[in-house]
Amino acid sequence: MTTEVGSETEVKKEPEKAEEQSPAPEQDAQAPAAEPKAEAELPCGETAPPGGDGDAQPKAASPEKERKQKEPSAGKGISRFLPPWLKRQKSQSQAEPREAEKENQEKVDEQQQPGQESAPKSPVSEAKEAPGEELKSDDKDDKHSIGSADTQPAKEEKGDESLERSADVKEKEESKCEEKKEEGETPKPDSGTEKPLLKAAKKMKTVMCHVTLLDGSQFPCEVEKRAKGHFLFFKVCEHLNLLEKDYFGLSYKDAADQKCWLDPAKEIKRQIRNSPWQFAFNVKFYPPDPSQLTEDITRYLLCLQLRQDIASGRLPCSFVTHSLLGSYTLQAELGDYDPSEHRLEYLSDFQFAPTQTKEMEEKVVELHKNHRGMTPAQADAQFLENAKKLSMYGVDLHHAKDSEGVDIMLGVCANGLLVYKDRLRINRFAWPKILKISYKRSNFYIKIRPGETEQFESSVGFKLPNHRSAKRLWKVCVEHHTFFRLVTPEQPPKARFLTLGSKFRYSGRTQAQTRQASSLIDRPAPYFERTSSKRVSRSLDGAPVVSVSDQALRGDSSVAGDKENGREPALELSSDSKSKLRVQGENIYVRHSNLMLEDLDKTQEDVLKHQASISELKRSFMESTPEPRPDQWDKRLTASPATSLRLQAQGSAEDKQRSGTGEQAEVEIEETVVIKEVKKAPKTKDVAPEVVVGAAVAEEAKKEKEGEAEEKEDKRPGGGEASSSSDSHSESEEEAEYHPQVSSVSVDQIKEEPEEEEPKQEAPPPGADPIASAAPPRAREERGAASEGAADEEAHNGHTETRQGLVSVEEDEEEEEEEEEEEEPRLNGDVSRTETERLPQVICCSEPPVVKTEMVTISDTFAAQKTEISTKEVPIVHTETKTITYEAAQLDGAGDSEPGVLMTAQTITSESLCTTTTTHITKTLKGGLSETRIEKRIVITGDSDIDHDQALAQAIKEAKEQHPDMSVTRVVVHKETELAEEGED
Amino acid sequence: MTALTAPFGRFTHSVVRAIPASFGEGALRTCSAQVDLAAALREHEHYVAVLKHRLGLQVVELPADESLPDCVFVEDAAVVCGDTALVTRPGAPSRRKETEAMKQALQELNLNIVEMDDDSATLDGGDVLFTGREFFVGLSTRTNQRGAEILADAFKDYTVSPVPVLDGLHLKSFCSMAGPDLIAIGSSEPAQKAFKVMQQMSDHRYDKLTVSDDIAANCVYMNLPDKGHVLLYCTSEEYPESAKVFEKLKDYTLIPVSNSEKVKVDGALTCCSVFINKKLEN
Repeated sequence: MTTEVGSETEVKKEPEKAEEQSPAPEQDAQAPAAEPKAEAELPCGETAPPGGDGDAQPKAASPEKERKQKEPSAGKGISRFLPPWLKRQKSQSQAEPREAEKENQEKVDEQQQPGQESAPKSPVSEAKEAPGEELKSDDKDDKHSIGSADTQPAKEEKGDESLERSADVKEKEESKCEEKKEEGETPKPDSGTEKPLLKAAKKMKTVMCHVTLLDGSQFPCEVEKRAKGHFLFFKVCEHLNLLEKDYFGLSYKDAADQKCWLDPAKEIKRQIRNSPWQFAFNVKFYPPDPSQLTEDITRYLLCLQLRQDIASGRLPCSFVTHSLLGSYTLQAELGDYDPSEHRLEYLSDFQFAPTQTKEMEEKVVELHKNHRGMTPAQADAQFLENAKKLSMYGVDLHHAKDSEGVDIMLGVCANGLLVYKDRLRINRFAWPKILKISYKRSNFYIKIRPGETEQFESSVGFKLPNHRSAKRLWKVCVEHHTFFRLVTPEQPPKARFLTLGSKFRYSGRTQAQTRQASSLIDRPAPYFERTSSKRVSRSLDGAPVVSVSDQALRGDSSVAGDKENGREPALELSSDSKSKLRVQGENIYVRHSNLMLEDLDKTQEDVLKHQASISELKRSFMESTPEPRPDQWDKRLTASPATSLRLQAQGSAEDKQRSGTGEQAEVEIEETVVIKEVKKAPKTKDVAPEVVVGAAVAEEAKKEKEGEAEEKEDKRPGGGEASSSSDSHSESEEEAEYHPQVSSVSVDQIKEEPEEEEPKQEAPPPGADPIASAAPPRAREERGAASEGAADEEAHNGHTETRQGLVSVEEDEEEEEEEEEEEEPRLNGDVSRTETERLPQVICCSEPPVVKTEMVTISDTFAAQKTEISTKEVPIVHTETKTITYEAAQLDGAGDSEPGVLMTAQTITSESLCTTTTTHITKTLKGGLSETRIEKRIVITGDSDIDHDQALAQAIKEAKEQHPDMSVTRVVVHKETELAEEGED
Repeated sequence: MTALTAPFGRFTHSVVRAIPASFGEGALRTCSAQVDLAAALREHEHYVAVLKHRLGLQVVELPADESLPDCVFVEDAAVVCGDTALVTRPGAPSRRKETEAMKQALQELNLNIVEMDDDSATLDGGDVLFTGREFFVGLSTRTNQRGAEILADAFKDYTVSPVPVLDGLHLKSFCSMAGPDLIAIGSSEPAQKAFKVMQQMSDHRYDKLTVSDDIAANCVYMNLPDKGHVLLYCTSEEYPESAKVFEKLKDYTLIPVSNSEKVKVDGALTCCSVFINKKLEN
């Protein structure tokens, strides 16, 4: 897919390619690596690793490299700050060219810089020449010198534009990846050069996506035809320089003109079908307390969404509130009221309400005067403080009829399901009250927990306009419940790999997780332009008057149309069985799982065996478990279906379900269960193959019930690919159920969680562990991304040791990108792309709490034989284990499905006082691309006196310092504590 | 903004209305009772004096209208929240004209006036409980669904949840706000049931202050700048048990107010005033 620009770009590209042919491959290689870095950084809270230091990477000396290295070194201090900005810039530039073409707005800019055309050809030189300067200028921009911002960016953009045009048009994911990387590390000009290079590598079909951003601007983005939703989402977030992205999503309109949420885990094409590749970036989960968001930019975006919501009438407000919110908008966008400059006309660009009266505008102005001195960020914060109190804030409304055919609206929100008739709230079902959510054809049902006086649970049914709307509502409920209510996604604990057919589950991070993740954000507040300021700056330049700001604020209406769905998210293909649930992005996903197994390269059979063994294990475990875990434990853990199953299995012996807040619900899975874990198996190489066993187990249990469907899926050839494969069941599903399982963690607790849960707490008391998923007392094993061939089973496996902390930091950098076009055969006949492989950044945080029962060690997921299942007879090991895995997000493009060829592998071990560091370096070659993966295992041994958190931080830091060019893709923290106490049973 | 930012119960003004001579005979009542007009007048005078002098509110006193025997119960004529005032359409036809004077007074206070111009709608302010976070509206003999909808329309910022009033004249005949997030509620079954409904509908957990007498659950809570929590509540002479409950409230300025005559015509403490929070002119 090309865009209008296509022809031009082509031409340009050609020459460029020729020039830089040699470097191209290298660049490609870099790209993938870069991404992980960015992602990986998050966990550590560092934005941009200093590029200059280590060129550990064996890269050919390509211009790019040079640049990279040089750049960083040139402005190391600055470099830290640059990445975000640059990224933004970059992405902007991408977007802009498009706009320009369409709107001609940008022409001015272009014209200003005649050199553009030439630029592309000698980008490298440019970069080299003035990298430092650019950096500086950028920096300035960041620091708000408006003047410089206006001009500088423009220039850069120009250069980029030209470059990008050429590149953009046919860029593939990879190229983008590169761009990202580049953006992060080098000034734009570079990126420009790269792109062309990339082209050479591209062979995939691409499609131009148009994403309407919250400010009303369009972000064109080229993606591979088979790209998954998250790829596009990442690109958009990157463009926006947004880290706290879990609250957002992309929506599109389906054939029926209904707004649907783009499922990040599924291929875009399969979701939108024949609809245009037109999307809208929207807030999906409205944070109940925006003040808890970490970054101003996130709040700003939320403000933009709310302004749209308000202007479109989706978020009703009183006159006074409209005025107040409008006044904050003015303060944020225009700054202090200036009588000379701000006459009433200045309001005409803003829409404060669906119907805006003169009276209201006067009121707005009057209030605006009161905000003098308030910074834009403060004004946004005030805006949000007021907006969040609105009764319909964050309520996603769906038309329905009650059992008597009366028209009502069902509102899904953070707290539960609301029922409105006309404007009145006539009922409310808080999540804790809901035992089950299901839909069947066009009917939507919720099963209600019996009240104090009632004996039986009751069901309430609603009639939705059609099957699709029922399903959409169901999905939204599942997602909201998971996001707001659970600590960790409830998906089949399979963690990322498992998906249920119609049992769609929310795959992103929960609010608790995203909060935790954002607490780790440690970057200088990114600079971003508010819409109007953008407008102002442009006008100053004499640029086209079409101000983005106008569009943004006023354009709400137009945009609003698109965005309406923001409120009616419908994830279409929920049933995508194999998609990895984990979608989003780069940030950190924190997951709690019981067991984490790593799968190295396994064959399909192995996988199956493995699963079988797991189910076996599960069963035996359940049976054998002498003592149910402490109630608290259960309560907390329940988030995972596995847990629920287990609980059920155990019978109510403990009654934990009820006792724990009574919130726990069971999860039944009726339809297809797809196991994703399979996915990685074969190819493991690049991605950390880790499988959460707990989940798997749970699945197994379910499978037993349901049988066949799963088997099919399990059979997928490429284990790795499986995840990406799309099951078509979903669509056809007529019904589905969801049992909201609330871990007993009450909402309050959940809120607290983020703060409390630090990556490495000492093993909490059994009950305290929030994550206690069904994790049976098994030692959990994790492995970093295994270097392919070398399936190491190192210390990890045997956890029995007294180690207190096991930290493994893996860094990997891929030098070359694998070929994009690799296809992997699937049962379905689907061809999956390599992207799949790359696990979306998943951060697994599993803290199998105190394990006081029998210890089961599963060393290798796939190799059944390796698995040690100890049940009753096994010696009881009193240990507490806790594992937290941070995994950097990986973009699709990066992943590769092909097992590479192991080129070299070396292991280095060093010891110090209380830490043992094992470094395992593997280089692999696959598809002509080489990848270097360094896996470090740092074992910190000692008693509780040691500050493990600190040790971990130090370890990560050191690792990063040692390999500045590498990106940290995964951090696994495994804690084991041997309990001194006497054994229990 | 006031509505959104001022503390709950912060008021500056109060609109009250004098008792007409026709009050004793003409005021509507759910049970037959003889009203001592003179006593009622004294009661009311005291009530107004408390607002005016004890609490320092700006009291707007509307003159009585003989043709409107119930006119002293101004609460039913308007619902004020923030800068918005909804002039109601009282459920009792005989009271519809009470809103005229009220509307005018509110206009003079510069409130944004919203009127109920739907002839099928009825709403008595006595059925409207504003908790600071949301509205509950009693569906009673005086208030219907349509009236509730218009209420919701008028105060779009807030959730409005209907509550069936199974017993008693108004919703606030057995409950009221006794503090921020504190609902005073009668102990009768219908009252308790209503509370449950409210709790069920709300995203927020309210504390409950149960008093033994339903009507005594109607109190007037204010949060005044220099006085903090202020509560006008029933006297211990009238409702000793209930009064005791209120008197346990800590950090409150407790002001028992006699209401023995007005209660005979279903008038409770909140009924006799409409409170407004007008920011000082800015």
